[in-house]
Amino acid sequence: MNDERAMQQQPGRTPAPPHLKDGPGPGSPEAAALDATWRDPPGLLGWLAAVNHKAIARRFIVTTFCFFVAGGLLAFVMRLQLARPGARLVGPDLYNQLFTMHGSTMMFLFAVPVMQAVAVYLLPLMLGTRSVAFPRLNAFAYWIFLFGGLMLYAVFALGAAPDVGWFSYVPLAGPDYSPGKRTDFWAQMITFTELSALLEAIVVITTVFKLRAPGMALNRIPLFAWAMLVTAFMVLFAMPAVMLASTTLITDRLVGTHFYNPAEGGDAVLWQHLFWFFGHPEVYLIFLPGLGFLSAIIPTFARRPIFGYTAMVLALIATAFLAFGLWVHHMFAVNLPELGKSFFTAASMLIAIPSAVQIFCWIATLCSGRLDFKTPLLFALGFFFILVLGGLTGIMLASVPLDLQVHDSYFVVAHLHYVLIGGAVFPLFGAFYYWYPKITGRLMSERLGRWNFWLFFVGFNVTFFPMHLLGLRGMPRRVYTYQAGLGWDTLNLVATLGSWIIALSALLFVVNALRSLRRGAPAGPNPWGAGTLEWATESPPPPCNFHAIPVVHGRDPLWEPPRAAADGGPPPFTHVGGLAAHTRELLATTVLDARPDLRVNFPDPTIWPLVSALAVTVLFIGSIFTPWAVVWGSIPIAIALTAWFWPRRAETAVHLRLEQGP
Amino acid sequence: MMDALHDVLAPFGPQAGHVRGLWTLTLAVCTVVFAAVLAALLVALLRAQRAGAESAPDLSSLGRPEPGRRRSVIAAVAASTLLLLALIAASIFTDRALARLSTDGALRLEVTAHQWWWEVRYVEPQVADSFMTANEIHVPTGRPVIVTLKADDVIHSFWVPSLAGKKDLIPGRTATLNFRADRDGIYRGQCAEFCGSQHALMAFFVLAEPPERYAAWAAAQRRTAGEPAEGQPLRGREIFMRSSCAMCHAIDGTSAQAVRGPNLTHLASRGTLAAGSLANTPEDLRRWIADPQQVKPGSYMPATRLSSEDMDALVGYLQTLR
Amino acid sequence: MTAPRRELDVSALPSYAFGHRSLMWWGTFGLIAIEGTIFAIAIGAYLYLRSQADSWPLGAPPPDLLWGSANTLILLASIWPNQKAKRAAEARDLVRTRGWLLVCLLFALAFLVLRGFEFAALHTRWDHNAYGSVVWTLLGLHTVHLLTDTYDTAVLDVLLFTGPMEGQRFVDVSENALYWYFVVFSWLPIYAVIYGVPRLH
Repeated sequence: MNDERAMQQQPGRTPAPPHLKDGPGPGSPEAAALDATWRDPPGLLGWLAAVNHKAIARRFIVTTFCFFVAGGLLAFVMRLQLARPGARLVGPDLYNQLFTMHGSTMMFLFAVPVMQAVAVYLLPLMLGTRSVAFPRLNAFAYWIFLFGGLMLYAVFALGAAPDVGWFSYVPLAGPDYSPGKRTDFWAQMITFTELSALLEAIVVITTVFKLRAPGMALNRIPLFAWAMLVTAFMVLFAMPAVMLASTTLITDRLVGTHFYNPAEGGDAVLWQHLFWFFGHPEVYLIFLPGLGFLSAIIPTFARRPIFGYTAMVLALIATAFLAFGLWVHHMFAVNLPELGKSFFTAASMLIAIPSAVQIFCWIATLCSGRLDFKTPLLFALGFFFILVLGGLTGIMLASVPLDLQVHDSYFVVAHLHYVLIGGAVFPLFGAFYYWYPKITGRLMSERLGRWNFWLFFVGFNVTFFPMHLLGLRGMPRRVYTYQAGLGWDTLNLVATLGSWIIALSALLFVVNALRSLRRGAPAGPNPWGAGTLEWATESPPPPCNFHAIPVVHGRDPLWEPPRAAADGGPPPFTHVGGLAAHTRELLATTVLDARPDLRVNFPDPTIWPLVSALAVTVLFIGSIFTPWAVVWGSIPIAIALTAWFWPRRAETAVHLRLEQGP
Repeated sequence: MMDALHDVLAPFGPQAGHVRGLWTLTLAVCTVVFAAVLAALLVALLRAQRAGAESAPDLSSLGRPEPGRRRSVIAAVAASTLLLLALIAASIFTDRALARLSTDGALRLEVTAHQWWWEVRYVEPQVADSFMTANEIHVPTGRPVIVTLKADDVIHSFWVPSLAGKKDLIPGRTATLNFRADRDGIYRGQCAEFCGSQHALMAFFVLAEPPERYAAWAAAQRRTAGEPAEGQPLRGREIFMRSSCAMCHAIDGTSAQAVRGPNLTHLASRGTLAAGSLANTPEDLRRWIADPQQVKPGSYMPATRLSSEDMDALVGYLQTLR
Repeated sequence: MTAPRRELDVSALPSYAFGHRSLMWWGTFGLIAIEGTIFAIAIGAYLYLRSQADSWPLGAPPPDLLWGSANTLILLASIWPNQKAKRAAEARDLVRTRGWLLVCLLFALAFLVLRGFEFAALHTRWDHNAYGSVVWTLLGLHTVHLLTDTYDTAVLDVLLFTGPMEGQRFVDVSENALYWYFVVFSWLPIYAVIYGVPRLH
């Protein structure tokens, strides 16, 4: 009743009752209250109910890394089988499951999720806030991703993994040629992971637009934030295509629809259009965050701000737009109109231009900087060699005549690994070495880091360079064996030896990461002398990220601290105060100029994201077996989501005491 | 036959030849660009001073444009753009060159891809002259060939690297591939679109022969199988008819007319078995018939259990099908 | 010379606001972008399958216009109570907000019932052929949105009656109205495709 009467009053400035507010720095009672407020509750239940972005992101990063290792082990076994012609280590059925699982793991369970996970950890710290937007949605997105990945691997452990490739072409993946449930599990894994990625995209966009420190106008946000923002927009428009594709594949297999059945008006090529409309932007979803990492690492280790910030932003946006206009280059061997194909050739080549802008701007930054050759920079430099080579083979593949020769051969296997590993994984390892001290408070070993880098660089080239030649010599993809005497033997053996070197490098990374947890040198807040906001707070950051949210005065806030106004004007603001310390309250700022706008209440830890994710999992897995699961499975989901949304009286009472209408 | 040519960089016909030309140009341009980028990077790395994390960052670029650097970046981007436009043009020229292949007097083939073999039908103006074979295509050197491509079950791709680029065979759609072999030789092809368990062992061969030799081969292929001699060959045919063989394979001139598997009328004239998986020798033929799963696990051909003498007779009969 | 500490006191800022100042507005915008894209791609698939066919629809007459058109009118009309509810929420008038949401729910009941008849008026099943599959999918996708929108609105309305109540709940009503607009306006191109395209020659 009190609530309603309060609502009937005139909205406006009600006097705020006294409570602890933030503003004083670390060590104060306010700081202690802030930490207590933002910390996740202890115990197992607290761990399951956590919504703090750093907690969710840490487990998200570890999970994606586990999938990376799993996907790598699958490839390791594939290379063992292909080391010699006619090898009988792995038969065709298992091999087809291996390469399907390898591709699906790397693309759906590692490459995109890891970028989102790192973004979820870093963005609030870089942008000067205490949480991502929609923290419960963020937690839900993690659980959904985890359950989808676990489902896929459970099925693999049972020997019934999908076996028709990560791209699952029909009719091979249709009801006639893929009996059983293998392909249905693949299709539903897509639903899990794409749902997770789509929700994370909403989280990222809202965080970058609305939750920034005052003074961090849009043209001052770190380039990594721009990269993730652009990537998130791409996710919104790319992923629905594959969700529709995988859902219609399930309905073709489960309830007799005919989307892909040519005998009843369907078309196998429809699948290819739907899949690749998603599939091409997908690789840019993986590549753009890598570019963001480079833009974070290079300025720090060149000891100067990035050259060409505006051009870099425009290049990211141009790449994102162009990425949606390339998909038919995956279908050049299909009988489609030739004139249309030429358009896609031109677009596929022209997308190199914004990437070239970025590369030249980085080189200009390095040229004019003073260089600190730490491990993160080494991995960034590795990018230049590997990605540029991959990009150039991409230019080759963009041409229809060339593509018609090397499409679906090992040449493409080489190309895709050069661009994805060069463009995303090398920067990602650089990012791990770069931000590990911030996340854990300790530095990784530089010596092991250098071994890690060189072994990876050499191993990668030994593994994948020969594959260009294999493709030119006629070796197709996705073959579990090959005959002796075709001229493929030596190159395959060399590639397999390279894979051992990569495995060793990965092992070194794990050793380095685990050892440094205990034995690494203490990092302090800013071991690299970097300029962005995440380095302004302790390592690891306190639960509230910043005891006093900074006010920002430049693109590299730590390099451009607030200065007394030259003309004797009012002194600049240095930090924010007045947000509640006893409840999770955040500052929302305006989109363009980051002027303080609202004090927003953020939710406490809650179990409902996990419960909802479990309910959704039951519906998704159930609907692999019967369409009725969609109906009865909706009921627990509705209950869980309603409970999630339904406000608690105690929380509302706290909000009302802080409430002020617009 | 296993060591037949299959190299994108060793073209023996105009289609593959045009692509090879484009490849050389593109490789040259890309190598130059790669070297230039690496050189710029190396120069940057070698010339730059070293500094540690504790050194103050150089903020002289803040609020002050860097015109020299900007000019260099713009020049590099402009040069890259020009090179890309040139490559686009080269690609379009090559497309047009490929489309200009004259098809006057072309030989017509119809290839239908199956899991995991290639059905080939020679389409002659006189329907009675048309004939079927499997996994092995003979063409007269110097004469264009028009191949109509269909698929019976899932998507496959027809790729013979030394002669032409590939084309997908998609159920419900018909595609065409034109090529010409300009030198006598044996050219290996392989399915290039993942099509299931035995995608890896779905090869085929294109034999380019002088026109007279081709004509002789085609004439032989048009003949139906003759009556086998008394004794072992005749017994072999009886075994063929009463075993599961006749349920899938046709031998023209007999009552076996099933089309589920390759046409065997001239099996003995082919260089390989099972889509290039085995050499066409009596031992390998025995091995294949006895248990195809040992050679191509997942293949739709069942094992055939026969006594040793029966198997000898069957193989002996099949070897007469020249 | 680095400036001395100076605090920017934000304690007097409002704690909720309508429109794009609200975080939930961005969440809703994200969902609208995603679902709008799904609709656009489904329409693309429909038009693609039609371009591959000799005649269209396959094995069925064009859907009857009656129920679909009637439902379109009801959907468009539902904008009125929806807008009223949004206005009432932005004026923080609890009683009127509750009432107009109830009216929205009545419209929801009407269009859900009519939607059932629309499925029957398609004269095809999802498993007849590709046309049946894609037209059921299009109509089905939109129906899922009608159902979730109805459920969201109902939950909100119940909450407005039971409490606990705070200013943010008015913002939720305003966002829900946005989503309702999306569900209504996204129907228009779908209606054109399902009912109009088969009648083109």
